[in-house]
Amino acid sequence: MVLNWKTGGVVLGLVFFLAVLLVKPIGVSTQFVILDAIVADAVSPDFITQTDDGYTSTNAYMAKSDGKYAGNAANPLNYSFVFVLAMALGAFLSAMARGGVPAEERKLPAIWYANYGDTPLKRYTVAFLGGFIVLYGARLAGGCTSGHMMSGMMQTAVSGYIFAAGAFAAAVPVAIMMYKREG
Amino acid sequence: MSSIILAVVIGAAFGAVLDRIGATNPNWIGKMLNLTNLHLMKTILLAIGTASVLMFGGQMLGLVDVGHMSVKTAYAGVFIGGLLLGGGWAAAGYCPGTGVCAAATGRKDALFYIAGGLLGAAAYMVTYPAWKSAGLLEGEKLTLGTVPGSGYDGILPVSGDILGIVMGLAFVAVAIALPERLRGGGEAVAPAE
Repeated sequence: MVLNWKTGGVVLGLVFFLAVLLVKPIGVSTQFVILDAIVADAVSPDFITQTDDGYTSTNAYMAKSDGKYAGNAANPLNYSFVFVLAMALGAFLSAMARGGVPAEERKLPAIWYANYGDTPLKRYTVAFLGGFIVLYGARLAGGCTSGHMMSGMMQTAVSGYIFAAGAFAAAVPVAIMMYKREG
Repeated sequence: MSSIILAVVIGAAFGAVLDRIGATNPNWIGKMLNLTNLHLMKTILLAIGTASVLMFGGQMLGLVDVGHMSVKTAYAGVFIGGLLLGGGWAAAGYCPGTGVCAAATGRKDALFYIAGGLLGAAAYMVTYPAWKSAGLLEGEKLTLGTVPGSGYDGILPVSGDILGIVMGLAFVAVAIALPERLRGGGEAVAPAE
């Protein structure tokens, strides 16, 4: 059972407020790039290189903004990267504290089962392709649901409203077409 | 070092709350996006409103450092990227943050989602120059009103602080006004898990 929207909304709002009060607005999707870059640099050590006043990369995206991303990938023990690791830990502890996610849900979400039956391979393929499109889109947009939609609209950022309009314009028709049965 | 402690504390709190409101559960996301159960939407709208009122109120009282604001650039790619993200979000039932959290709670499909996400992010790293040379990444960092001391331009000739509080209250009002469901009949059915 989830928290009532009144309680859950206020608590989630407090977390977003605390983040901006103490550090900066919450964001997640950049860290997928940072992890990619850490892997790329491990495989090919010339991917990120140190310069006189910071870091740069052979990849134009990593090198942009004076090598900000390249620097973060070279030093993963930074706020934003640790934030995402801690987020996973927090979700894990919270799920364990409420008894864990049931085994059949861990294998296939009920809404998938209701619409497509016991088809885990199909589900995992859709999840993989979905992840690809989401992160490609998030990087093109410069942020995701956390950074653009929540942190952005909370700050009255014009980019946040533009992003939310695009996201829901696609998400609602796709969900209605793909998930006809409620589950 | 203190920034790492803050990352752990705020990050863990964020992950735990996402788990408790159902955001890490594709059933809640699917039912929100196919408009048959808007409980999670009400939660998120109330959260945005609450955070907005506290942040702008705190800034007006001088309790919150305006320098902590971080407004992203508005450009054509934001909308195109939003469309792509929306499609994948609906299909998979995860956004980047909730996908990571869901994998941590043991959901297998979320692991495939993360693998796809890492590949998608890498694909963007490779194709970034094409978007840049097409001019689709050019824009400005704008807020609705001008927030004093933020350094961002407002598009409306009003106080950004006061407008921020008004917008925050509007989000709260929409959260309250939104019905439990917009499609289908009967009471909104909550996912079992």
